[in-house]
Amino acid sequence: MEATNFSRIQIHIDRHRTTPGGLLPLLHAIQDDIGYIPEESYSPIGKALNLSVAEVHGVVSFYHHFRTQPPGRHVLQICRAESCQAMGSAELEACAKSRLQIDYHETSADQAVTLEPVYCLGNCSLSPSVMLDEKIHGRVSPEKLNSLIQAARNSK
Amino acid sequence: MSIKVYIPRDSAALSMGADQVAMQIAVEAVRRGASVEIVRNGSRGMHWLEPMIEVATEHGRVAYGPVAPENVAELFDCNFLYGGQHHLLLGTTDELPWLKKQERLTFARVGITDPVSLEDYIAHDGYRGLRRALSMTPADIVHEVTESGLRGRGGAAFPTGIKWNTVLGCEAEQKYIVCNADEGDSGTFSDRMIMEGDPFVLIEGMTIAAIAVGATKGYIYLRSEYPDALQTLNEAIDCACKNGYLGNNILDSGRSFDLEVRRAAGAYVCGEETSLLESLEGKRGLVRFKPPLPAIEGLFGKPTVVNNVISLASVPIIFDKGASYYKDYGMGRSRGTLPIQLAGNIKHGGLVEKAFGITLRELLYDFGGGSASGRPIRAVQVGGPLGAYLPESQFDTPLDYEKFSELWAVLGHGGIVAFDDTVDMAKMARYAFEFCAVESCGKCTPCRIGSTRGTEVMDKIIAGNQPARHIALVRDLSDTLLNGSLCALGGMTPYPVLSALNHFPEDFGVDASKTAA
Repeated sequence: MEATNFSRIQIHIDRHRTTPGGLLPLLHAIQDDIGYIPEESYSPIGKALNLSVAEVHGVVSFYHHFRTQPPGRHVLQICRAESCQAMGSAELEACAKSRLQIDYHETSADQAVTLEPVYCLGNCSLSPSVMLDEKIHGRVSPEKLNSLIQAARNSK
Repeated sequence: MSIKVYIPRDSAALSMGADQVAMQIAVEAVRRGASVEIVRNGSRGMHWLEPMIEVATEHGRVAYGPVAPENVAELFDCNFLYGGQHHLLLGTTDELPWLKKQERLTFARVGITDPVSLEDYIAHDGYRGLRRALSMTPADIVHEVTESGLRGRGGAAFPTGIKWNTVLGCEAEQKYIVCNADEGDSGTFSDRMIMEGDPFVLIEGMTIAAIAVGATKGYIYLRSEYPDALQTLNEAIDCACKNGYLGNNILDSGRSFDLEVRRAAGAYVCGEETSLLESLEGKRGLVRFKPPLPAIEGLFGKPTVVNNVISLASVPIIFDKGASYYKDYGMGRSRGTLPIQLAGNIKHGGLVEKAFGITLRELLYDFGGGSASGRPIRAVQVGGPLGAYLPESQFDTPLDYEKFSELWAVLGHGGIVAFDDTVDMAKMARYAFEFCAVESCGKCTPCRIGSTRGTEVMDKIIAGNQPARHIALVRDLSDTLLNGSLCALGGMTPYPVLSALNHFPEDFGVDASKTAA
């Protein structure tokens, strides 16, 4: 792990050391900051919160939201839930996978986009929906998805 | 004087480009020297018209939608700031039939007010409920909630007053109010709309709950998929704290209540209350055995009220208008109103708040306008991914907890997902098992193993491999899940699976007459 990341993680640990039930807020803070939760951080986290490395690993691996590898520059989540299925989300999944040449939980070769499934974005009246980084898009057609992917690839 | 233009900040509106429209209107107003005040309100719930903008005119608010950025210049040309004619003009908002036919109690302010303006909230009857509650004894507050007939809107429909009474009756140094805002069911977004459109009503409801049971700390456990709701809630909580509605000595009552939003991390099972509590404690979201009930030993082992967003957001109006006012809506033992969410393959999707008793058919056709694709609606799933699929022959069922139970179906959180006749119900049954496998917490065997075995057996049925024999296996496995699972995730996965099989056997490659349970 890079030294800069390590010192940033330590700041978050110090901030959440005494928060009741503070492990999830701490993991969010780390991932929001550096994009993922490096496995090397489990030991200092465990020491600060009086948990074993196995317990920290157990929590990180339980929640779909947390990742232990750096993502691409953008994260594209495609909703797989029923409402979006009723409006053709399967076509969007196929479209994204073929366009990016990857499967779910993978990052495109140009490091631009990490593709993730999501089970409901709460935008079900405007299905199918996708979320690019923290922005939701509704009534997404394959054409609209392609232009979102293209824009993500073109941007830093 | 500047003219008020309302452009929703609700994420449904944002998903259709509301921010770009707001920016365009601001730019165009400056260019034309028009004095415009843009208010970012919640959504009125007519999502197919989003972004739906409104202008305050001397004849009331007038709506236009769906507005795209490229419509903005022509709207100014048509004098929309004074309600001018344009092909996107919908009319006076309050007179739009879709809204006029509703009974908006919990959603009374959503779409009308500025969600983060405390002034606006109070001007629209906000905090009247809390003021009344502060003049009552804890026992009377709990009695009022019990009298209203309010039942948990998260899905389990447990009487809210009884839950509060249990917590009130516990002696403890510390008690908690936990709001379950882990709205993970597909087809539901009413929690999100409240949190983004009227966050103060949730804060007020939680404060009343705290005063009733003697809790001083509250948490809103919010799903991580709702970044916009997180921001709105935090803005509103800050504002309530600064103005004496949260924190120490609320409204000089001597009572204190602190409120904090905690982000979930994408685990569906954490919508189950004991799993949620584990997660709030910073652990894996494993379901707990019950008893002890969370009301007695909940968060950090202390007595805890765990209520859904809509349950808590329905409390202020019960105190403002009285339990009998609320109770007068509804049918049977389902009292009050239900915020219903129309989703999936539906022409007019969005939020409909109605008294219990409205039928599915009225919702799907009178409000929903039929399918989005124009094809016949073949099936609807009510109550999220663990809810049953209902065929057209059951569309005349009124929305009522007990009527749905009679059909071996659930109302759940009030989400209705429509499917047209292109749906393959065997694939939907397979998906129900697959979803259970992805989201299982792993604590109990029926759910952890059964979900994966179910997916595999469904693959065989879909491939046409001895369907009758494998359907018998699915029924047997479903029986194990139903009766042997620790929580509703495994325990209710058979609802979508078996309802799909029972109502649509032709999709499973078998003769209908041979599959009866």
